Amino acid sequence: MSDVTPPVEEVAVDEEAALPRELPTVGSIAGLLEAFPDATFTTRKYASSETVYHAISVPVSDWVVFAQAALEAGFDAFIDLAAVDHFGDAPRFEVTVNLLSMTEANRVVVSTRVPYDDPTVPTLTGVFVGANFYEREAYDLFGIDFPGHPDLTRILLPDEWEGHPLRKDYDIGAIPVEFKAGSADL
Amino acid sequence: MTDAPKTPNTTDGVDVVDEEPQDAESVADQRRRVHEIWVSGTEERMPFASTTDEGAQELLPRDEEPALDIQLGVTVEDDFVGPEMVIDDERQIINMGPQHPATHGVLRLQVELEGETVRRVKPIIGYLHTGMEKTAETLTYAQGSTNVTRMDYLSPFHNELAYSLTVEQLLGIDVPKRADAIRVLMTELNRVASHLLWAATMGMDLGMVSMMIYGWREREVCLDFFEKVTGLRMNHNYIRPGGVAADLPDGWEDDVVNLIEAVTIGIDEYAELMDENPIFLDRTMGVGVITPGECKQFGVTGPIARGSGIDWDLRKAMPYSGIDAYEFEVPTGLHGDVNDRYMVRMEEIRQSLHIAGQVLETMPPGDYRNPDPKVTPPPRQRIDESMEALIHHFKLFTSGIHVPEGTAYQSVEGPRGEIGCYLVSKGGTRPWRMHWRAPSFAAVQALPAMMTDSLIADLIAALASTDPVLGDIDR
Amino acid sequence: MAGVSSEPGFLMSTLEKGVNWARTQSMWPASFGLACCAIEMMGTGAAHNDLARFGMEVFRASPRQADLMIVAGRVSQKMAPVLRQVYDQMAEPKWVISMGACASSGGMFNNYALVQGVDQVVPVDMYVPGCPPGPQSLMHGILSLQSKIMSGEINRSTGVF
Repeated sequence: MSDVTPPVEEVAVDEEAALPRELPTVGSIAGLLEAFPDATFTTRKYASSETVYHAISVPVSDWVVFAQAALEAGFDAFIDLAAVDHFGDAPRFEVTVNLLSMTEANRVVVSTRVPYDDPTVPTLTGVFVGANFYEREAYDLFGIDFPGHPDLTRILLPDEWEGHPLRKDYDIGAIPVEFKAGSADL
Repeated sequence: MTDAPKTPNTTDGVDVVDEEPQDAESVADQRRRVHEIWVSGTEERMPFASTTDEGAQELLPRDEEPALDIQLGVTVEDDFVGPEMVIDDERQIINMGPQHPATHGVLRLQVELEGETVRRVKPIIGYLHTGMEKTAETLTYAQGSTNVTRMDYLSPFHNELAYSLTVEQLLGIDVPKRADAIRVLMTELNRVASHLLWAATMGMDLGMVSMMIYGWREREVCLDFFEKVTGLRMNHNYIRPGGVAADLPDGWEDDVVNLIEAVTIGIDEYAELMDENPIFLDRTMGVGVITPGECKQFGVTGPIARGSGIDWDLRKAMPYSGIDAYEFEVPTGLHGDVNDRYMVRMEEIRQSLHIAGQVLETMPPGDYRNPDPKVTPPPRQRIDESMEALIHHFKLFTSGIHVPEGTAYQSVEGPRGEIGCYLVSKGGTRPWRMHWRAPSFAAVQALPAMMTDSLIADLIAALASTDPVLGDIDR
Repeated sequence: MAGVSSEPGFLMSTLEKGVNWARTQSMWPASFGLACCAIEMMGTGAAHNDLARFGMEVFRASPRQADLMIVAGRVSQKMAPVLRQVYDQMAEPKWVISMGACASSGGMFNNYALVQGVDQVVPVDMYVPGCPPGPQSLMHGILSLQSKIMSGEINRSTGVF
């Protein structure tokens, strides 16, 4: 356990370093994008509905500061955090966070990509407390490191588990099924 | 802990001192010794040692901070990390679960107690981790409903609906009006069934065993209807990408009318039993409070957030399946306590029955699934007539639905909050990655905020009021 | 037992029948609810299906007071040691019903996370098929187990009886 918990003092400094620019004060999603020119932006439409939501891709250096700006832009409900293993693509892992503005009924799905040899995404627990369990899940199942996380341990699997099972190079672990139907001793 | 005079036999259960202590020092020493056995970790019997093979995650040592400070988010490190575990005379850590009647499954709570008062709580989950997200990557889109319906087993229709909508979003298809209406009918009745079971188990946790019997009585009516429609009482696999699996059976209108009547009578009885019941009110009012800000920070949605006064319902805010065509109200509470959540859920049952009644009146005729042969199998008689239909049928069940590349997220308002499905497709017939946004996962995460500095009995009430479903949490 | 000597043998076999009868009619299940099947197990005990008709309604939270473990649901790798511990804590004689496809064989989840059949962890006396098994299936499983105990087919002889 102790070997996976990151030393907190160090990464607190890292997190400070990840905040180079001052927080933009934006009141809307358009302002949010104006403040982050590196972000790419697409709008998707729900099925059987007129509702749209916004998918935004940001570089990992902007991760925390974007979340902070989104929080201040009214996307204050933390809904979800998911990791994806794009096995075979260049930055292999993708981390997606799903934020909701309950006052404007608007949703942003913010994602960032990190490479295989350095799967490190700064933690969002300083911005949203709710990121705690979700980041532990991403760590558990994908092995993505979240420096600054207060308690980055396995959450779904036993502590002594080896490997990260939702990675694409981790076998599903199925055992062959032997069908015995029709044998006489049944 | 102050230096107030301590009663000798409150804790521990091991070295209980009944007679008057000779001097305070020796009693304190005695208790410290007991604590060393249970907390400091030298003895083999220590229950939380990380060497045990059952996935022991520990309450991390902390400094002398009084309680969980994680509500505000910024001070989260202060709580979890500290130099040394402070061994206090009246503090003890007890373990609740994973096999415990009040944890609604296999949730495990590590609770740090000071006498009867809960000082810290750490939820430990994963005892039902089924690897469904990994299994989903090996199943085709057509098989996916079978998988997701077993996730949140108290609201299988909502899981299927969220999954189907997400696949439809990737496919860019719509479903016929009748399919939408059937989906709304089934999900709303599922909400009724889920809330009834919640009322039953919550009543039992609070000591009203008769509530358990009553809740199940009405739930059986719902399950009978589900069985008639889908063939199964649970885990239906009924709502599928492109529509629903089958049309409603003959005579479904009468069943829905009877169901609405039976459940309405039932919840009036519950109201009689609980609404004015002084014991129930004492155990629920002002207990397990969570504020709207905490709800948003933790990602808590659904009846818990509405009980705290957040007027947020995906059915109103981001309507799906044409549910905005029906008239209903979103109940909200004021205080965010257990009683408000109870009132919100009971009102949601009434509103869902109201929606079901409207669906009954306005059920449109027509097809119950998308006619696209690449998505839904052809009708049985077409297979006999048409070679093309046979090929489509064969391709659909051997390789599956071909979904274009893309990423999609869609969510529905489940009985416990926002159930969302996040799908990544790289083309082909199987999802590249399926992630679920589980409402109970966020609710369990917020348990410390509700329980800190309450009594143990209130912990049970708060836990029951969040309605956790472990299949949803652990997936 | 009947073969030891003639006269006591008659007495012993009758006593065994009596013991079997007593065991059959007073099984107390441990409420080992895990997943979907646990909901159906609760439903079996509730008013509509009323497991009390078979002397089974006392679902015990403590394994010390139970002698029948109904493993209702999927058993994860993380849960398996807990399950074994609960089983070890139950009083002898004890029986195990594996309820549902997941507990019996892993069901549709043939993957890294699940124990592929609870019989790898504890000895199982009765498998109840279904996903989840309805209350009728569970009741049938329980009644079958009872009749097997009654007939002596499943014998938990500890040396005393």
